[in-house]
Formats: sequence, C-alpha cells, structure tokens
Amino acid sequence: MSRDTPQTGPVQPETQTVTTDQVTTAPSPGKRRKQKEGKPASLWSDAWHDLRRRPMFIMSLVLIAILMVMAFWPSLFTSINPLDARTCELATARQGPSTGHIFGRDNQGCDVYARTIYGAKNSILIGVTTTIITAIVGGLLGLIAGSRGGVVDTVSSRVTEVFFAIPMILGALLITATFRGQDMGIWIVVMALAVLSWPMTFRIMRAAVITARSQDFVVAARALGASQGRIMFRHLLPNALAPVIVVATINLGGFIAAEAALSFLGVGVQPPDISWGLMIADARSRFLEAPLPLVFPAVFLSITVLAFIMLGDAVRDALDPKLR
Amino acid sequence: MATKGERILEVRDLVKHFPLTQGIMFKKQIGAIKAVDGVSFTLDKGETLGIVGESGCGKSTLAKLLMALERPTSGSVMINGRDMARAKGGELKRMRRNIQMVMQDPYTSLNPRMTVGDIVGEPFDIHTEVAPKGDRSRRVQELLEVVGLNPDHINRYPHQFSGGQRQRIGIARGLALQPEIIVCDEPVSALDVSIQAQVINLLERLQNEFNLAYIFIAHDLSVVRHISDRVGVMYLGKFVELGKDVEIYDKPAHPYTQALLSAVPVPDPEGREQRERIILQGDPPSPANPPSGCRFRTRCWKAQEICAEEEPLLQIRPGTQHESACHFAETHDVVHVG
Amino acid sequence: MKKTSLDTLPAEGGLGDEPLLAVDNLHVEFATRAGTVRAVNGVSYSLGPGETLAVLGESGSGKSVTAQAIMGILDMPPARIPKGEIRFRGTDLLKLSDEARTQVRGQRIAMIFQDALSALNPVFTVGWQISEMFRVHRGMSKRDAMIKAVELMDRVRIPAAKQRVNDYPHQFSGGMRQRIMIAMSIALDPEVLIADEPTTALDVTVQAQIMELLAELQRESNMGMILITHDLGVVADVADKIAVMYAGRIVENAPVHDIYRNPAHPYTKGLLESIPRVDLKGQELYAIKGLPPNLLDMPTGCAFHPRCPYRQDNCVTDNPPLYEINGRRNSACHYWREVLDGDQG
Repeated sequence: MSRDTPQTGPVQPETQTVTTDQVTTAPSPGKRRKQKEGKPASLWSDAWHDLRRRPMFIMSLVLIAILMVMAFWPSLFTSINPLDARTCELATARQGPSTGHIFGRDNQGCDVYARTIYGAKNSILIGVTTTIITAIVGGLLGLIAGSRGGVVDTVSSRVTEVFFAIPMILGALLITATFRGQDMGIWIVVMALAVLSWPMTFRIMRAAVITARSQDFVVAARALGASQGRIMFRHLLPNALAPVIVVATINLGGFIAAEAALSFLGVGVQPPDISWGLMIADARSRFLEAPLPLVFPAVFLSITVLAFIMLGDAVRDALDPKLR
Repeated sequence: MATKGERILEVRDLVKHFPLTQGIMFKKQIGAIKAVDGVSFTLDKGETLGIVGESGCGKSTLAKLLMALERPTSGSVMINGRDMARAKGGELKRMRRNIQMVMQDPYTSLNPRMTVGDIVGEPFDIHTEVAPKGDRSRRVQELLEVVGLNPDHINRYPHQFSGGQRQRIGIARGLALQPEIIVCDEPVSALDVSIQAQVINLLERLQNEFNLAYIFIAHDLSVVRHISDRVGVMYLGKFVELGKDVEIYDKPAHPYTQALLSAVPVPDPEGREQRERIILQGDPPSPANPPSGCRFRTRCWKAQEICAEEEPLLQIRPGTQHESACHFAETHDVVHVG
Repeated sequence: MKKTSLDTLPAEGGLGDEPLLAVDNLHVEFATRAGTVRAVNGVSYSLGPGETLAVLGESGSGKSVTAQAIMGILDMPPARIPKGEIRFRGTDLLKLSDEARTQVRGQRIAMIFQDALSALNPVFTVGWQISEMFRVHRGMSKRDAMIKAVELMDRVRIPAAKQRVNDYPHQFSGGMRQRIMIAMSIALDPEVLIADEPTTALDVTVQAQIMELLAELQRESNMGMILITHDLGVVADVADKIAVMYAGRIVENAPVHDIYRNPAHPYTKGLLESIPRVDLKGQELYAIKGLPPNLLDMPTGCAFHPRCPYRQDNCVTDNPPLYEINGRRNSACHYWREVLDGDQG
C-alpha cells in the first residue's frame, strides 16, 4: 500500500486539459544534470557524471593519487633511502622526532618517515592487487553460479565451502612456504591471499545475483528473448554489484594486515624489504617505550583503507539511480 | 466490440507439473504440483480472452507457459500454426516477437538501473533486425508517446515515475516488437483505483489502434468483465467454465463461477442486505493432491457421488450456451438478483 | 458484554454526547531528509458503538497513518503530532502517559493488518500467540489461557481448532491466518476494532468469508469498527458511513447510501465512475486524470484542483473548508452543489 509514498517527481499543476489517459510528469528535479538533446544516457555515463560532483569521490581520489605517487616515486618525498642500511644508526634507536627525522627512529635506529614512505609500495600493491583479483575472480564466478543455478551452482558452492574451512593465515603460510624456492617477491603473498579469499566475494556476489534473478525485470528480459550473457551483464551484474564493492574495499585493509601477519611469521615480505605490516610487527615489541614507529605506519594504513572505502561507497551510491 | 479475425493462438491440452523432490544430493521425486492440468483455448486477432481464478489456480503458470518461460510437461501452444512450446534457439526468439507480456508489479518489472530509454529500447537491442540502429531512439520516443508518457523522459530512471507511469513503460516495452498477442498478467492490480482506469483505457485504446489480441489474466472479476470478449474461469489448474463474457457473467453455469461472482463486492450499497451471497467454505485444496473426479467437489454445495468418481469435461451442457465442467451445470444469474 | 474498566478511563456507559471514539483535527507530520511530509492535515471523524466507519483512500492519502496515530503505534520520531485530539470515551489519548496508552492499546482499541503472515511470529504456535493476550493482560495461567485460545479459534471459525492450536503460522492458509489475527485482536473484547485493508491480500471468495466474519463478530459484541480500505466494493457492502481521504484530508464524509447515490466531492465522484463493475458492462471508463499529489510539494488551495473537472479560479488559491450539507454530510469542495447536481462546471 504505502510503497509509493512521497514520490520523487513532483506533480506539476497542469492547466491545459489533457485527454483522460494522458499523464503529465514534472520537470526533473533540479539536481539532475541537463542532458543534451538526443544523447541517451546510460547507467555508467550517469554514474560517472554523478561521481565527478561528489566531494567524497574527489577526496578519495586525491588521497589515492598521493598514495600511489608515494608508492612508486618514494624519493620525491624523502631524501633518505631506508633500503640503504647505512642510513640507520643503532645508537639512535627509538629516538623521538627530530630535525631530519620528523617521525623519529625505530628499533634499528632507522628513519620511520622514510620507511613509512618506502613501505607504501609493497603494502598498497599487495592490498590493491589482491582486492582486484578476488573481486574479479570471485565476482565473475559468483555471477555465473548465481545466474546459472543448478549443478554449476551446487558444485562451485561446495568448492568455496572447502576454502572457507581453511584458516587464512595457516593456508597462506602453507602456500608461501611451498613456493618459497621461486623468487616471486610479493606476488607470492598476493597469490596466497587471493586464492584464500575469493570465496568470500563469490558468496556475496552469488547471493546478490540470486536476489536479483527472482525479480520480474529478469523474467521480462527472458520473455523478450534476451541471451544469457545479456541478462547476466545488463540486468544481474549492475543490480548485484553494490555489496561486492563494499566488501571488496573493506577487505583491502584486511589484506594489508594479513600481509603483516605473514611477514611476522617469516614468510611474505622479508627485511631488508619494507612494508607497513613489517614495520608494525617490528615496532610492536617496544610499543610502550616508543609508540611512534608503530603509530605512523598504522595511520598511513588507516588512511589508505579509508580512501578506498570512501571510493567504494561513492561508486556504489553513484550506481544506484535512487541515491543520485 | 470483438473484431473477428483469424485465429492466431491455439492452446491444446496444456499441462505443467512441477516435480516435488526430496533429498539434497540425491533427489527423489515424491509427487508433482499439477499447476496447469489440461488447458485448451483459442484466441483470434484483436480479441481479448480474460482468465480469472484465485491464487494457486495456475493462471500465472499458464502465462509463463504461453510466454515459453516454462516448458510444458505436455500439450502445445500454437502461434500462427507453429508450436511455441517446442521451439528453440533462433526460431523461439523469432516467435517471441509475436507474443509479449505486461507484468503485474510495476516496481519490480523494470530494471531500476536502466534508463527508460534503455528499457523500452531493449527489445530493439535484442531483435536488431526490427529497427536499424539509427532509428531506435526515435522509435523509443514514439512508443513513449503512444502510451501517454513524455518522450523527453528517456533519460530518466524508473523510480522517478509513479506506479501507473511505470506500468505504461512496461506496456511500451511490450509494444516495441509490434506483437499480435500481449499476455497481461494482473496488469492493474498493483495500482491505485484512480490509476487503474487510466491503464485499462490505455490497453483498450492500444488494442483498437494495433488490433492486438490480449490474454488478460486477473483475479478481479470486474476488471476482466470490462475488458474481455471471452472469459475462462480457472480452478486448480483447469478451466471450469469458458464462454463469452455476457454468458459467464450473466448466465454462469458452474457453481464455482457463481460463488466467485457472488463474492465480488458491488460498489453500490442499495439492496445489499438482499443480495445473494454464496460463501464458499474453506480453502482450495492443494494442487499437489487434487480431489478425485471434479476438483471443486470438496467445496461444492451441489456435490453428489458421481462428482467424486467421474471428472466432468469442459463441454456445452444442456440448457447452456457455453462450455462448463460440471455434472449439474445450471445457469443462475447471481449478479443481478436482489 | 462486561469490560474490564481501567482507572484512567471511564468504563462503558456514561457517554453522553461524546462518541465512543472521536478524532478531532488531527495532524501528523514526518520529518524526512527531503523535508516535512504532512501525511495527515486536520482529519476529524467519530465512531459510535456498533457502527462501521469506512475510511476510503488511495496510497499516500493518510488513511493508515491516522489509524496508526489512534493506536499509538507511529514511530515518533520521525512522526510528530503537532495538533489534534484523539478522544476515546471523552479522554484524549494523546495526553495519556505511555503506560495508560499501553493499557488502551490492544485491550480497548485493537487493530488487524493487511499482511497477516508478517504480523504473526513464525517461531511460535498460533495457540501460544493467541493465549499470550490472556497471559499478559489478564494474568491467566498457561493452561487456562490455552483453553481460551481454542475457544477464540472456534469463534473465528477455524475448523478443528483443538487440533490446530499447536500449529505454526506457515501451516495455515492466508484466510486462516487472517482469522488468527482477528482472534488475537478480539481476545480482550475491544470496544473499537481498526481493520487496515484486512482483505486486500486475500482471494475474492476468502475475502467474502472474512468480511462476513467481521460483521458477525461486530453484531455479537457491538464493537465500533473502522475499516480502512481502497476498495469501494467492500465499503458499499459493510459500512454505515464513509470518510473519503485525499492528500491527508477528509474530502467527503457521509452515510454510505448518500455517497454512492450522489457523491458531493469531485474526487469521490471520479472514483465511483472510474471502477469497472461486475454487474454492468460499460464502454470507456472515466479516468481521473493526473496523479495523486506529492506530499512534499502540495498544490496550493484545494489539493485536488490539478485533477478536478470542476475547478474554478478560487480552487487554486483557497483551500475549501469541510462544508456541511443537509446537516448530515460534508464535502470539502467549493462547488459541492454543482457536483451534487452532476453539472460539470
């Protein structure tokens, strides 16, 4: 009954007489952009237009851009190269902030600021690539399982349950230990985390697709003779994407943290290489004496996660026409 | 009102049983829901066949069978002499151009993340041979105009429209491929009263304009009477009565039709105390386990022994001019008495 | 029937001029992100014992919100009642303490809803849910309460009540579930029963059963009943008087025969002409043009003027008061005389 309470399109008090079944609609609410005559809009182009005007999107994009520059051109931010052991002086270990060392020094007497800058690369690379891989693999498989149903769904769901039974760190330890011989650097960590976490995205996508699949507009598309691919990508995917985006961006922080745990356990990124996870793990033992070597990488980690969550939220909202 | 035309749809002995299974890994069939159990009818060009029945009578499954969204267990759906129920691939896709549907719920039947232009234009994307690419947006705007919407609104999303307007969008989508048949599954029941009339009038106008044939499925007998040339009454997967609208409404012969008609509230308080009311007891039995013989006998006041033993066929009975499936068929005007 | 009297409220009798239930100039607003939605704008109606008042309106007309305000089940905030009174036996319910209000709700004013399945708790048996009324409000033992529950199920004509009392809601059909809801609502012999679209979700034949049951229960107990619906047919069958709502206002109220014979508001008239009828086969239906108004952006003057065939210039500027006609009915239309005469201005 009450589902069409306040309608968004205000009714225009029309003055001309209209034929009995002609309905007049209101001019579009001022918020929407003016569309050029004859240029049809689509969900993606409208979403893009909308995103460009969202402060949250701009802010997260600026943050991510800065983090990226930091990750790939760290020397722009600091003149100290922390990978060079000569920059560390054990005698000044855990010294507070001073000129030239604004974040102070860590347990080894290395500059925290420089290490934080240089650590961004590994951490962000691991977080972002793992997120992208799990979102694509899990999302695609979830989309297929959810929209096909039947045997495909049963089999793939059982397979993911097997993965869920493996504890994340234990499984990652196993995988990284197995491939230790090959010199794969951080990619082994990315692979281990991705292999173990795509089932999560899979489950979320599958559930969202199944909800969307039962809606009448999918039946309507089938009645028009739409192909399976069209139904999957035009109808199901856009309506199932929101929860996947949210979970993926939240997971990003989790991956960076998982990398830290692996480094701590002796697999993954190893000194003298630097990552935020490694720095946090190192600084943990002397946290009470010297909190700063832990606080700074942790703050950068939080900012990164926040930036991606904000990006995810903005994209999700932009893809929902009701929220524009 | 009926423009007699050639026969375009012939449904014969249509049956759909949904298997009831037990077990998760090793499924075992333990029975079947007989949703549609032997339905036959025909439809001519420009004609409206109304199908009424209560929830669970199989009318929505029937709509899905007609649209080839479900495959029948047996029986055929012949459209212009070709069997839609057996068609596959490209042939089925071609046949779909001739039969389209308007759905009940204007809130879920339109993809909330597509613009109105994309929704109404989707038929052209799927059946690319119908309209050349450059022509499509003009065709979409024409369609919007035909259903009484502002053609400039192609870039809006469904939520910016009211229920009645969304139903018009759904109708425009159904018209895009210029089908001869439109299956309307409860097209107005989700709409407000003052909007229902607008949509019914639109459907009637479009019928005259494009010589459309409608299968009009509804539970609201008043709406069905208003729009239909012929009416079929369904109960537990079968037609119990089928005939011209005046015959069904003014001279119903089957007890179920009589009860159904007498239960419809008439918007006129005059003489309401005298009005004849046949109040049926209980609920319809489960379609998984329908009664033997006549399926209505468990709720029928006329039931005799023969009703349990012998299934009454849908045929013209003595004293009536249309088909009914009752051993004791007898016309009785329940609407106008009192 | 004997009613348990509450300290705060006068018991049965002693009504004087005061009706059983009177809603007086009620306003309800909702604070939303987009602004204040005025869902109810000065609604007044009254109800006597044994009387059936039908409140007719489309979605968004404020008919359900009014009922929820009477029951005191509006979420406040976002809802707010800036003005108005709801008098039950002369006492303004809006001024009662929460505790006293709880005493009235369910015991003396009860309500049934459209969707019986979601109104019943799926994890408790229906017997448990019905008997809860007696355990909580009457302090009965589990055993006695269960016996009363079976009695009630018999009263609402649920077959084999004794066997079915331990069944769960999903084991009942839609019509039977609505009966269970009715059993719960009449358990404590309320004086007013509010039925919000009680049959909308049901099939025609079941709908007839439920309406018959409600009428019978009303006859037995002399309850006052407010029937909220959009169905002009159901109203014509059972109502004594009708209040037609549009955009949060009552636009017409009158005894049932008057309205159907001769509506005095263009909206009512339009509605009556726009419905197809099972006993008449008409040609093209009359359709009220346009759409119901947006409550965030109401038209000036009379809210119906953009859709009204009788509109004159002053309708755009002056909101019509509820004019009294022949001392027994009202219409909120400047041109009610023309509407009554059927003369399209």
